[in-house]
Amino acid sequence: MPNPLHIVVCAGIVPDPLQTLEPITTPTGPGLKNEMVLPAVLDPWAASALYEAASIASKNPGGKVWLVSLGPKAKLQQVMMTIAQKVSFELVPIDGPIGGFPDAHATAAALAETIAALPGLDREHLLLFGGWESAARGAGVTLQLVGERLGISDQFQGVDQITLREDGSFEVLERVEGGRHQVSICLGAPAVLGWATGNLPEPRNNPQVGMANMRTIMPALQKAKPTTLPANGLHYISVSLPKQQRTTRVVKDLSPDEIAVELVEWIGAE
Amino acid sequence: METILVLTHADDTGASLTKASLETVTAGIELASQLDAPLTIGIVAVDAAAAAKTLASTRARLFAVSGEPFSQPRYATDAAACEALCRAAGATIILAPGSSRFARVAAGVANRLGGVIDTHITSLQADENNRTKALEVTRWFYRQRVEAGLTREARPWFLLLDAGTHPAFASPSAPVQIEQVAVQLPPLRTSVIGLRTPGMDAQPGAPGDQPSSRGWQTIRPDAKLLFVAGAGWTKKQPDGQAHAPEAGELILGFVQAAGASLGSSKSLVDQGSEGNSVLPFLTHLNQIGQTGATPRHAKGLSTCCHGEEPHVVGWRFIADRRAISLDPNCGWTRGKADVVYVADAFQVMAKVNELIQPVKA
Repeated sequence: MPNPLHIVVCAGIVPDPLQTLEPITTPTGPGLKNEMVLPAVLDPWAASALYEAASIASKNPGGKVWLVSLGPKAKLQQVMMTIAQKVSFELVPIDGPIGGFPDAHATAAALAETIAALPGLDREHLLLFGGWESAARGAGVTLQLVGERLGISDQFQGVDQITLREDGSFEVLERVEGGRHQVSICLGAPAVLGWATGNLPEPRNNPQVGMANMRTIMPALQKAKPTTLPANGLHYISVSLPKQQRTTRVVKDLSPDEIAVELVEWIGAE
Repeated sequence: METILVLTHADDTGASLTKASLETVTAGIELASQLDAPLTIGIVAVDAAAAAKTLASTRARLFAVSGEPFSQPRYATDAAACEALCRAAGATIILAPGSSRFARVAAGVANRLGGVIDTHITSLQADENNRTKALEVTRWFYRQRVEAGLTREARPWFLLLDAGTHPAFASPSAPVQIEQVAVQLPPLRTSVIGLRTPGMDAQPGAPGDQPSSRGWQTIRPDAKLLFVAGAGWTKKQPDGQAHAPEAGELILGFVQAAGASLGSSKSLVDQGSEGNSVLPFLTHLNQIGQTGATPRHAKGLSTCCHGEEPHVVGWRFIADRRAISLDPNCGWTRGKADVVYVADAFQVMAKVNELIQPVKA
């Protein structure tokens, strides 16, 4: 690898997927009921990006991983207590609102401004990582917007794998329609990679990594820059839960053969 | 007054528009009618003249970006092409299919034009109570768990439509006049070298290779039926043993015979990535739910899956749902499926395969 890679991972925090979500109206727009007390996790696809970034950095000496995360300081601290034990990174927190309803363009502007100002970041060797979609807004646009604002014109979304080469170029697999991967070769950084699941399992908790990370995470959280996200003319007309609740027929008294007959009829019916 | 541009792109042939593009054309025609707005269609294709022939009856103004550089879905070229089309059309509302090709670039193009973007749009509506006929759109948040209607003041407003929300535009081919738009391409640093299907590279005799999985695709977006395999397939059975190879044969046998698309729960796919070669033909691309896909099929059959919320959110657009589970209190029984069979999926699917294969033959 001719030059060490600087990997910046953009990752938000989202409610734990097992929590019940109830939308409400707040003075600043739509939100979730008890949003600040719902258990939160690092956004799942962005977490994949973080684990892949850490794996790449560990195999390429001199590389560094920053984790840029926008959310309320208290929630970021809660999530970092877990994430910090998994892989090494430098946290760059931005103290801002939580949730999927703030405007993606305002979020991207705040992230891009923060990344552009990172001390020691070599933008010629920048790989900008993140999830291809969040589990909150789920729009898949924030990372692209950040990349454009940073002037990066090689972008990949739905990434499941990159293979770095000795000359600095890399092969990248992106998800496309029909359960296939598009295979591309990029000459090298800078590039944007919006990750899907990747190939790595969630790393096990490592208390030593956690202690090393927390030495820098706590001061960074204390110094986190407060940010407000303008609506940019975005107006929500309605926010609601889907009303679909099915009347389930639970079949307990049929033999496997009888169920099979019923299923085959159902499959064949128009 | 609004002006509408529909961005479209060609399929692998380079000379025909994709189905998702034609669905967006339908949406554009409907919206133009609702808003009394002029309609322009932009085409990105190697041979745009051929691709445009099916659009003759739209009577829309047709702009095109053509040539070999646009044969490959790639950020630098596609963003430049879409930017040029948008500037040529000068539209205030830009509709595009939420395909992987345009989802990769649309936000970047919106940023270049000083516009805004919303994606995964499921409906478009002109507000009839408003004299200016403002546009309102609907999309989902929190992975299909919260639905919202929204509008924006900023223009241009890019809207990426989810596939399957509109019928594909269909019309006899006829010669049309297209206006070619020149594109200034940046230096290209990325080359697309092809497509790869996970699991298709398995070598005969390699660990986990199963004859029935070789040479065909298990993910079929156009299939009528989604078949989902849960982690229960690899758990110990009443004889105290796991029967993963038999499970694999039953699952693949059914998917192949029924022409179904194969989905999976996260827990089952994760077993593979954690080094347990249980059902090796499953990859994360098969995963349905919170961190997987949200496909659109008419029917869905879940097997050996608990039906927990993070998985079920991926079933939002599956209309007719059935499940086979040994647990009479699983998530599916709580209003998430239409029918739940409390039974052993091994026994049921073995019989289903016996019955369904003669039907297909």
